[in-house]
Amino acid sequence: MSSSLIIGQYIPSDSVIHRLDPRSKIAVIFFYVVIVFFANSVMSYGVLALFALSSAVLSKVPFSYIMKGLKPVWFLVIFTFLLHLFVTREGEVAFSLFGWAVYEEGLIQGAAISLRFFLLILVTSLLTLTTTPIEITDAIEELLGPLKKVKFPVHELALMMSISLRFIPTLMQETEKISKAQASRGVDFRTGAFKDRVKAVVPLLVPLFVSAFKRAEELAMAMEARGYQGGEGRTKLRELKLERRDWLLFAVFILLAAVLFLTRS
Amino acid sequence: MGERQVEFRNVSFRYQEDMPWVLRDVSFTIGPDEWVAVIGHNGSGKSTIAKLMNGLLFPQEGEILVDGMPVNEKTIWDVRKQVGMVFQNPDNQFVGTTVKDDVAFGMENHGMPRELMLERIKESLSAVGMSDYEQQEPHRLSGGQKQRVAIASVLAVSPKFIILDEATAMLDPKGRKEIMNTVHRVQEERDLSLITITHDLHEVTQSSRVIVMNKGEVWMQGSPRDVFSKKEHLQEIGLDTPFVSKLADHLKAEGVPLTREPLNHQELLEELWTSRSIM
Repeated sequence: MSSSLIIGQYIPSDSVIHRLDPRSKIAVIFFYVVIVFFANSVMSYGVLALFALSSAVLSKVPFSYIMKGLKPVWFLVIFTFLLHLFVTREGEVAFSLFGWAVYEEGLIQGAAISLRFFLLILVTSLLTLTTTPIEITDAIEELLGPLKKVKFPVHELALMMSISLRFIPTLMQETEKISKAQASRGVDFRTGAFKDRVKAVVPLLVPLFVSAFKRAEELAMAMEARGYQGGEGRTKLRELKLERRDWLLFAVFILLAAVLFLTRS
Repeated sequence: MGERQVEFRNVSFRYQEDMPWVLRDVSFTIGPDEWVAVIGHNGSGKSTIAKLMNGLLFPQEGEILVDGMPVNEKTIWDVRKQVGMVFQNPDNQFVGTTVKDDVAFGMENHGMPRELMLERIKESLSAVGMSDYEQQEPHRLSGGQKQRVAIASVLAVSPKFIILDEATAMLDPKGRKEIMNTVHRVQEERDLSLITITHDLHEVTQSSRVIVMNKGEVWMQGSPRDVFSKKEHLQEIGLDTPFVSKLADHLKAEGVPLTREPLNHQELLEELWTSRSIM
């Protein structure tokens, strides 16, 4: 039935990138996104691209998957490129297109901005391709840990995320079952005007919601019966530990940042 | 006194003030290493008994003692460590994203150290025969497998009592058999009392004692043999008896001498061929 179901876009493998602590991945990507905006020379873009591409290669994720992640944003990349190309009016005229002068500066800026986009999307999709959703949840819980001091419900948030992840396949199986049951009673999901198809979703959603609420209630009861009493005094089975490779990643990243700031023009 | 026992003392319970009583003046004791089956109609209060033992509900009148502790707001966390529960729906009690995580959930709640958890996960999964599935996600497991994981999760906390609240009701016959075999083995290997709340007659015949509930009261108590020999009484409150038991009745009516109430096919068979050989 849904045996091939994978939540998110995680591609299982045992590459170095996969085995990195999810916290270090998230932190490094966060800072990477920040420093991308400081790049302004060929050299600085060069090192950023080198970092992103070598991570992609090390992750052993097939290139086609990475491209798939980039698909929805190609339009944006090309659009910003063209916008810069035609709107910027600085520097020398490079050439003219249909009687519209294209300036050198526009060409450079357009390329730079598109490259930034490309790099940002590449590294962030590398995170979701190499990290399971549950690892990301754990990392978020750990990274947001300090917010507990200001009464931010970090543990509850993480638990909500992990329970959602747990129940997505269950609810999808249920949806499949209900839609078959309704189809056997004559509900038509596939044909007809858009309005009719939207209407056909109602007999699907109502039972799904009813059962989801029932599940929630029973789950809450089962959790309580198993001694759940909030995050206080709770130990954790899944453990995050910084290994040598994580420290190596930090070192490489600091080096990258240093080179970038030195080669800025 | 009261060690390793669950004791109900004149317990009455209702969900709200203006609602009828669900349980009325219920008293019984469940001793160490006993297997007690609670049967009764829907609405006879049998599931309520399970929830009261675990501190999920509190009685309006009377007292419940678990392992010598009175069940109240202060003791529920200790009580829940002693009383493990397996519910009916295999999906709605699976909290973790993998088998391993789910078994760990209860232990995490009780603040056990990580090394102990890893040890207990191995132990309890092998006790229910699910060792090969440690990393599996719940949607790839069958209903019976999920229930076995639920039992493992309960065992991991090492309780003194396990309640199966219609835990086999949603399973197919194969899954049911799996669960009962698992439970049987586990109960023999560990010092555990088992309380099964059930509709399944086969489960009842395996128990050491039966409590029959009717309209919130304890209607009858005794060994499965005693209880099933009082068929007229059971039928009075609308409960069915096992097929073998009915067959034995018809045989007796036909003049076949049977000395005791058979609980399963094997016993009836023994009874029949020995009585023949005497004649």
